[in-house]
Amino acid sequence: MQVTPPDFDRLFGALADATRRDIVRRAIDGEEGVAELAGHYSMSFAAVQKHVAILERAGLVTKERSGRRKVVRTNLFALLAARGLLDRYEELWRGRIDRMTELIAATKEADR
Amino acid sequence: MTVMAVQKDPQNLTMTLTAEFDAPPTRVWQLWSDPRQLERWWGPPTYPATVTAHDLTPGSRVAYYMTGPEGDQPKGWWRIVEADAPHRLVFQDGFSNDDGTDNPEMPSTRFNVTIETIDSGSRMTIESVFPTVEALEQMLAFGMEEGLTEAVGQIDAILAEDTVATR
Repeated sequence: MQVTPPDFDRLFGALADATRRDIVRRAIDGEEGVAELAGHYSMSFAAVQKHVAILERAGLVTKERSGRRKVVRTNLFALLAARGLLDRYEELWRGRIDRMTELIAATKEADR
Repeated sequence: MTVMAVQKDPQNLTMTLTAEFDAPPTRVWQLWSDPRQLERWWGPPTYPATVTAHDLTPGSRVAYYMTGPEGDQPKGWWRIVEADAPHRLVFQDGFSNDDGTDNPEMPSTRFNVTIETIDSGSRMTIESVFPTVEALEQMLAFGMEEGLTEAVGQIDAILAEDTVATR
């Protein structure tokens, strides 16, 4: 996956704030609207709304209709996280292949 | 020498890994079919695996547990979908409860393994298919790594990586 370079300033800027990082994390489930999200923080609804707007502009969250409500859902996260996780998963398998190779080499030694 | 290629597809949550061994498919198959050999490579050094049941007949299962550095012992199972020795093995890998029964609340991963004959020996291809991002996270968290890296920390790291890459 490629993210075009101009988005980075925005993404970094949006993620540079601890509250916004927390909102990104909470919005992964996409179950809460701005009002519910605001309930988690000791700041005004307007302030939280502003944070959400910044995240929205950075493409990190979207507002979606869920029944009669609008919920905030983290976007891009799954893809980015999946990539990071797949990198770690690859490491796991590289280790397994190394051990397989050693086992095969060991039986060859024994056959000699 | 083991030559490897790894293809990752984050959108479809699959990873396909190719490795080559200078041994025939029958030898590579033993790595899967012999539980004593399987337990020597399945778990990482920090989480060695112990295989407690092993039958590669389709419909049968493999049961194992891993022992972590803190003495924790996460348990897992495979359910064999297809087995055609020494060339093909398809199984579902999931988590077990402490009593050894399947934990249906935890996601399971599909593995498609093929072992082909090539001039230098064998080529093994392993395709891992995860149902969800959470499944992949849990796979890495359980006995594979010490805890979950916090999601947002990961985003930061990935973004930092991309920035470096685009420079």
